[in-house]
Amino acid sequence: MVPVLGAGSVGLSAVVAIIITTNFLSSPPPGNHFTQVLWTWIDVGGFRPEIAFYLDSLSLLMTLVVTFVGFLIHFYSAEFMEEDEGYSRFFAYMNLFVASMCILLLGSNLLLLFLGWEGVGLCSYLLIGFWYKDPVNGLAARKAFIVTRVGDTAMTLGLFLLFVNLGTLDIQELMHRALAQWPMGSALPVAAGLLLLGGAVGKSAQLPLQTWLPDAMAGPTPTSALIHAATMVTAGVYLIARTHVLYSLAPAAQLAVAVVGAATLILAGFSAVTQSDIKRVLAYSTVSQIGYMFLALGVGAWSAAIFHFMTHAFFKALLFLGAGVIIESLHHEHSIFKMGGLRKEMPVAFWTFLAAGCSLAGLPLITAGFYSKGLIIWDTWSSTRGSAALWGAAVFGVLLTSLYTFRLIFLVFFGEMKTQVHKRPGFRMMMPCVVLAILSVLGGYVEAPVFFGNVHPFSEFMQLALPPATEGPLRGMSEILSETLVTVAFLIGLYVAYLFFIRKREYAEAVTTRAIAKSLHRFWYTDWGMDWLYERVFVRPILWFARVDKSDFVDYIYSGIALITELLYHGVRKTETGRLRWYAAGIAAGSIIFLAVVLFL
Amino acid sequence: MASIPMHQGLLLAGILFALGLVGLLVRRNVVFTLMSLEIMLNAAGLAFVVAGARWGQADGQIVFMFILTMAAAEVSVGLALALRIYHRFKSLDADAVSEMKG
Repeated sequence: MVPVLGAGSVGLSAVVAIIITTNFLSSPPPGNHFTQVLWTWIDVGGFRPEIAFYLDSLSLLMTLVVTFVGFLIHFYSAEFMEEDEGYSRFFAYMNLFVASMCILLLGSNLLLLFLGWEGVGLCSYLLIGFWYKDPVNGLAARKAFIVTRVGDTAMTLGLFLLFVNLGTLDIQELMHRALAQWPMGSALPVAAGLLLLGGAVGKSAQLPLQTWLPDAMAGPTPTSALIHAATMVTAGVYLIARTHVLYSLAPAAQLAVAVVGAATLILAGFSAVTQSDIKRVLAYSTVSQIGYMFLALGVGAWSAAIFHFMTHAFFKALLFLGAGVIIESLHHEHSIFKMGGLRKEMPVAFWTFLAAGCSLAGLPLITAGFYSKGLIIWDTWSSTRGSAALWGAAVFGVLLTSLYTFRLIFLVFFGEMKTQVHKRPGFRMMMPCVVLAILSVLGGYVEAPVFFGNVHPFSEFMQLALPPATEGPLRGMSEILSETLVTVAFLIGLYVAYLFFIRKREYAEAVTTRAIAKSLHRFWYTDWGMDWLYERVFVRPILWFARVDKSDFVDYIYSGIALITELLYHGVRKTETGRLRWYAAGIAAGSIIFLAVVLFL
Repeated sequence: MASIPMHQGLLLAGILFALGLVGLLVRRNVVFTLMSLEIMLNAAGLAFVVAGARWGQADGQIVFMFILTMAAAEVSVGLALALRIYHRFKSLDADAVSEMKG
C-alpha cells in the first residue's frame, strides 16, 4: 500500500503534467500563459498576495521534469527503501517534497514561490537526516539547513526591497513595473538582483555557499538523486530565469551570476577529481553542472540554462540511482577505490551508468549533455554579455568533467574486482535507470546546433516565456569551432583518465606521493578548504561567544530589576516586627508626614 | 452664654489628641492602650463639636454621635480581644503579643 500511494501519487502528477503539456503544445492559451487564482492568501494594507498558479512554458517544462523524474525515483525507492523501517515516513517526506517543488515552480507571486522554496528546504533537511540515529547525519542535515538559511535571508531581504519599491510581489506585475520604473543599470535592480542571487546561491549550492551539498549525501540515495541533483538544487536557476527582467536591467548583477557560475564550475570540478566517495564525486559534479546553468543565466542564455537543467536532471538522477544500485550490491561500500570490475558483473548498471556518464561529460553528437553544454558554451562566447574568459572557464570545465566522470567509471567498472557483489537489484530499481538512460541520450535531440540538423524546438518553446540570447560583438569563431574545442577538451579529459586509471595506475600513485601534489590533493579534497575556513571564521567564534555569553547579557537588565526588588523586600521586611506600638507609631508618623506635605507644600 | 473662642476649643482638642497618642505609644498595657484610643476619639469628637458651634450647625454634634457609637463598638471588641489575650498569654503586655513577624 505504501509504495502504491507514495509512488502512484507522483505518477499521477506526472501523467497530469504530460496531458497539460500536450494540451499546451496543441492549443496554446492566449498570451502563452495561464493563471489560476484560487483565493486571496493575505490581505493587509496594500499587501495582497494570492494563492495563484502561473503556467507558462518555463514553469510547465520544469514541472514536467520534476514530476516525471520524481516518479521514476519514487518507483526506484519502492524497492530501494523496502527493508528500511522508515519506509512510509520516507515516502511522506518525498511526496511533500514534490508538492513543495510544484508550488515553488507554479506560484505566481514571489511569496508563494518562497513558501515552496522553504518547503523543499524543510524536506531536504528531513531527508538528509532521515537516518537520524547516527548523529553525523543529523549534523549534515543541520548544516544544509543553516547554510541555505544564509541565502534565504538574502532572498527575504530581496523580497522586502522589491515590495517596498514596486508595491507588489506578483512576478509578472513586478517585471512590468520594474521595466517601467527602473532605468537600465540603476542601483535598485542591481541590489534586488544580487539579493535574489544570494538566495539562489544558497539553494543551488554555488560559491560561496556550496559546502552543504557534499555533506547532504548523508541522506538515502534516492533523496540525493531527486533533491540534491535533479530538482531542488536547480530552484536557484529557476528563480533567476523567472526574474530575468531584473537581471536584464542590472548588468552588474547578471555579471555576478556568470562569475559565480564560472568560478563554481571550475572549483567544484577540481574537488570532484579528488573525491573517493562515489556519492561525493557526484555531489561535486552537481555543484559544477549547476555552475554551468548559472553561467548560462549570467550571459543571458536563458533557454540554454533550462535545457541544461533538463538534461542534467536526466543524467544526474540516473548517475545517483546507479550509484545507489552499486552501493546496495556491495554491502554499502561507498569508496570507489574498493570497487572495480563491475562491468561484467552488473551489465545493466554498467551500460546505464555509462550512458549517463557520457552525457555528463558530453560525448559528442550522441548524448544529450553534449548538446546542452555545447549550447551554453557557444552562448558564453557569442552573446552580448559573454566574454572570452568565461568561455575559457567553461571549456576547461569540460575537461575536468570528462576527467572526473571517466575516473569514476574506470575505477568502479574496470580493473579487477575488489568487493564481491552480494545482491542484485530487481526490476523496480533497474527500470527507472533504463528509462533515464534513454532520456540521457535522446533528450538532447530537441535542440540541435546549426551544423548538425539546425532544429530548435526547445528554444522556440522556451522563447514563449524567456527572451532569446542576443548575438554579441565577439566574433572570430563559429559554433562548429567552439564545439570542436569542447570535443577536444572532452577527449583530453578522457585520455588523462584512461592513462591514469587504466593504462598506468602507477602514474596516479607516483603523482600523489609527491609532497606538493599531496597537499594540493588534500586542499581540493576538502573543497578548497572552505569548510576549514568557515569552521574558523564563523562556527568557532559563534560557539565561543555562545559559551562566554552563557548567561545572556540582555538578561542582566531583567535579573537586575529582580535583584533590586529583592533588596527592597529585605529592607521593608525589617519593619514587620509584630509589635503593636511600632505599627501605631508608624501610622502616626505617616499621618504627620502626609499632613505636613499637604499643608506646607 | 458667652461663647468660647474656636481656637481655644481646637487647641484643647489637639492637646487631648496628643496626650492620647503619646499614651498609645508609651503604655504597653492593652487596657491603657484602649483608654488612650478613647481619649483620641473624644479629642476628634470635640473638634467636630467646636467646629459645629462655630458655624452654628448641627452637623458637628451628629458626627460626634457617630463617633460615640463607633467608640462603644470599638471598646467592646477591644475589651473582648484584651480578655482573649490575657487568657492566652497570662499578661496584658502588647509587646508580648508580637508573634506575627515578617
